[in-house]
Amino acid sequence: MARVKLDNYAVADAPRLGPRGWLRWTWRQVTSMRVALILLLLLALASIPGSVLPQWPQDAGATRAFIDDNAFWGPLLEKLGFLDVFGSAWFTAIYVLLFASLIGCIAPRAAHHWRELRAPIAAAPRLLDRYDPTEPSIVPGTPDDAVERASVALRPRAGLVGAVTGYRVRVDRRDDGAMALAAETGHVRELGNLLFHAALIGVLLAVAYGTLFTYRGQAVVVEGRSFTNAVVAYDTFDSGRLFDPASLDPFTVRLDSLDAAFSDTGRPLSFTANVTFTEPGESPVPEAIAVNRPLEVDGAKVYLQGNGYAPVIIVHDAAGQVAFSGPVPFLPQDGAYTSTGVIKVPDVTSGEQLGFKATLYPTFVEGPFAVGSVHPDPTNPVIDMLAYEGDLGLDTGIPQNVYRLDESQLSPVRGEDGLPLPLRLALGDTAELPDGSTVTFESLPRFVALDLRADPSLPWLLAAAILTLTGLATSLFASRRKVWVVAHDEDGTTVVTGAAFAPPHDTAVTQALDRAMVAASGRTAGPGEGAVDDSRDDTVERHA
Amino acid sequence: MNVTELSIMTLWGATTLYAIAMVAYAIRLARVADETAAARAVDRDRARVAVGGPAPAKAAAASSAGGASSRPPRSAKAAGIARATTLVGAVLHAVGLTARGIDAGHVPWSNMYEYTISGSFFAVAVFLIVQRRRDVAFLGAGVTGLATIALGLALTVLYKDVDTLPPALQSYWLVIHVSIATIVTGILSVSFIASVLQLMRDSRDTRRRWTGRRFRFLDAVPTASSLEALSFRLNAVGFVLWTFTVMAGAIWAEHAWGRYWGWDPKEVWSFVIWVLYAAYLHARTTQGWAGRKSAWLAIAGFVALIMNFTVVNLFFQGLHTYAGS
Repeated sequence: MARVKLDNYAVADAPRLGPRGWLRWTWRQVTSMRVALILLLLLALASIPGSVLPQWPQDAGATRAFIDDNAFWGPLLEKLGFLDVFGSAWFTAIYVLLFASLIGCIAPRAAHHWRELRAPIAAAPRLLDRYDPTEPSIVPGTPDDAVERASVALRPRAGLVGAVTGYRVRVDRRDDGAMALAAETGHVRELGNLLFHAALIGVLLAVAYGTLFTYRGQAVVVEGRSFTNAVVAYDTFDSGRLFDPASLDPFTVRLDSLDAAFSDTGRPLSFTANVTFTEPGESPVPEAIAVNRPLEVDGAKVYLQGNGYAPVIIVHDAAGQVAFSGPVPFLPQDGAYTSTGVIKVPDVTSGEQLGFKATLYPTFVEGPFAVGSVHPDPTNPVIDMLAYEGDLGLDTGIPQNVYRLDESQLSPVRGEDGLPLPLRLALGDTAELPDGSTVTFESLPRFVALDLRADPSLPWLLAAAILTLTGLATSLFASRRKVWVVAHDEDGTTVVTGAAFAPPHDTAVTQALDRAMVAASGRTAGPGEGAVDDSRDDTVERHA
Repeated sequence: MNVTELSIMTLWGATTLYAIAMVAYAIRLARVADETAAARAVDRDRARVAVGGPAPAKAAAASSAGGASSRPPRSAKAAGIARATTLVGAVLHAVGLTARGIDAGHVPWSNMYEYTISGSFFAVAVFLIVQRRRDVAFLGAGVTGLATIALGLALTVLYKDVDTLPPALQSYWLVIHVSIATIVTGILSVSFIASVLQLMRDSRDTRRRWTGRRFRFLDAVPTASSLEALSFRLNAVGFVLWTFTVMAGAIWAEHAWGRYWGWDPKEVWSFVIWVLYAAYLHARTTQGWAGRKSAWLAIAGFVALIMNFTVVNLFFQGLHTYAGS
């Protein structure tokens, strides 16, 4: 390794850096404010693709479609991590470096601040003239008494809050016999700053803890049916690495009914799932789950995430045997709940397996050119479907999407004209296929998509967030104030002068100065108007 | 006249008054700059008289035109008109906003039209509050100009008839989370104007740009460093409230969607805004970044805030989609 350019003036005789030197140099760079700033900007910049490009965790379907539609860019962006920005190596690298920088910056500052808090504050300046001092005023007692009274007024109240937010006070006896009181409150600002940054680390730790122990399950439940809280009962189930499936409390939730209210124009007004909640060994309790009102079950919450229709379909095969009977959840496609679904009938006693692709119109209207649903309420429910026969492909063992029909080994059932046979069923109707099997639209219950989620980190996260906010507000709003009171002896009388220093916007510092001056004068007037009047009296006294 | 009409008419009234106020504030700035220049000329002439040079008649003319002693300066009249129209405009704006809330039966910030009318109200309100404590009339043209544009766009392009809240928004968090977000928009709009003026003034003073006569109004705004101090005060308040907005949003998201953070486009941009303003606060105290560069960061943060409100609402798919309707 060649010579290192440490600084312009040091090029000539820069020492060779050993491995430790390099580590130290790297650490200095990482913890410098300039690098922190660049990392912050990179973090902002790196986040933006996450809102522009489709992302796997947010919308897997759109992401897959994006890759399929963009033969060149799709796989390239996928490879570079742009389709999962917030899980990508480069995004992680940025925030890990940023937190390293934060710790490297905050730890020495905390140590420094600790030493500073234990050291005495700076003494009052020799000359107060620079700080717009008050008019000198004559007060009773010795200079010692006057300064003692003023310091009592400024000293923090007892208790932790007082110690943190109050003035730190120092009294000096000068060579000429004058007594000088110095008081400051600036330390709260730095405390807030340190608290803010430390609490941000707390937020990160809480998030990491949550990622390891969280779990989330989704289940589709039809009216009148129930589900049990067990991993196998969920349609999808994700959990953190350290989550123990045996820890699930096996309660059951039965969906009694879903109250869905829509306006005349079909705008959703409210959704409420009326459920019966049963904990093992306890009596059932009626509960309601609504949007924004999840059901809380020890440590977990059950959310109402979606709803739709699950028409009950009965299929008799050609031999007259019931081959299929039950509710089939249909996925709503628009605001009027035009919903699509698939019915798979593998268990026929005779003939080929049957499949149906169906569309449900809750409020069916037939126009001259098209059919459709005009309202999400089931005023005139009609199902249009096409039947298929052949092999559903269920026996291969490959898991299939329940909302999609694998048509590779199926052929549409055709009518006498040789075209695929359209079936249209109103509620209660039965249609017959050419081979004699029938399909019936029996009833129309609703279903809900329930989302159960537990995250043990939430209380910690909330605590860290509140500390972050508290620290931030303190570091930005607490003012660095300095108040000085100097008392000296002038031929037997004690003369007191005071001054205060604070940022220009902080006008309230004069009240603290007034309080100290009034206290020094030995009067008992409280702060506020009385204090101002008193200071005016002082001036008069001096002139007199 | 029913409540709907009352709301629309008062909001149009506010738009008109803000437009007048903007012109008056601009005239005031120009006149203050003229008066400062005239006063300077008088001082120069006096100095010349003092050293025994010829006393030109121009000096007398200038001093009477400046009228510092006898008549109130011409800028005072424009300032009076500006202040009065802004104040009455804000009152009408408040009436229009309240009427909209009564008409809709919920807080008036549940869609883009309503955010825009409430956000612009908060911008004017923040300006008026700061104005009470110190003279920030130089911000007036920018703030009332922004408010005029926002209200005009809201009433013409974004307008939506009142409607009931969708189930996702039926929560008290709508009152907490969104109100603070719109207040932040108001605060940061005002500080944005201050940052822009800061950069222009700084360029005029140190880089010999914006030096033409047309930009003489920049002599009537405070120095770049006091503008920086002003925008910092506002940005500090805005940043704390934005932090609160993001946290309240996370709590609501946990309550409504079952996760506190899901990198939804709105969340991504809220995060970007937060990081940009955090970078701004750090840049202020970093050598080589304080001043111009940090002001640019504050402006970038405000642009991201506006992006989050417009582009993200209108073009990106996400859970916050009701915001666009």
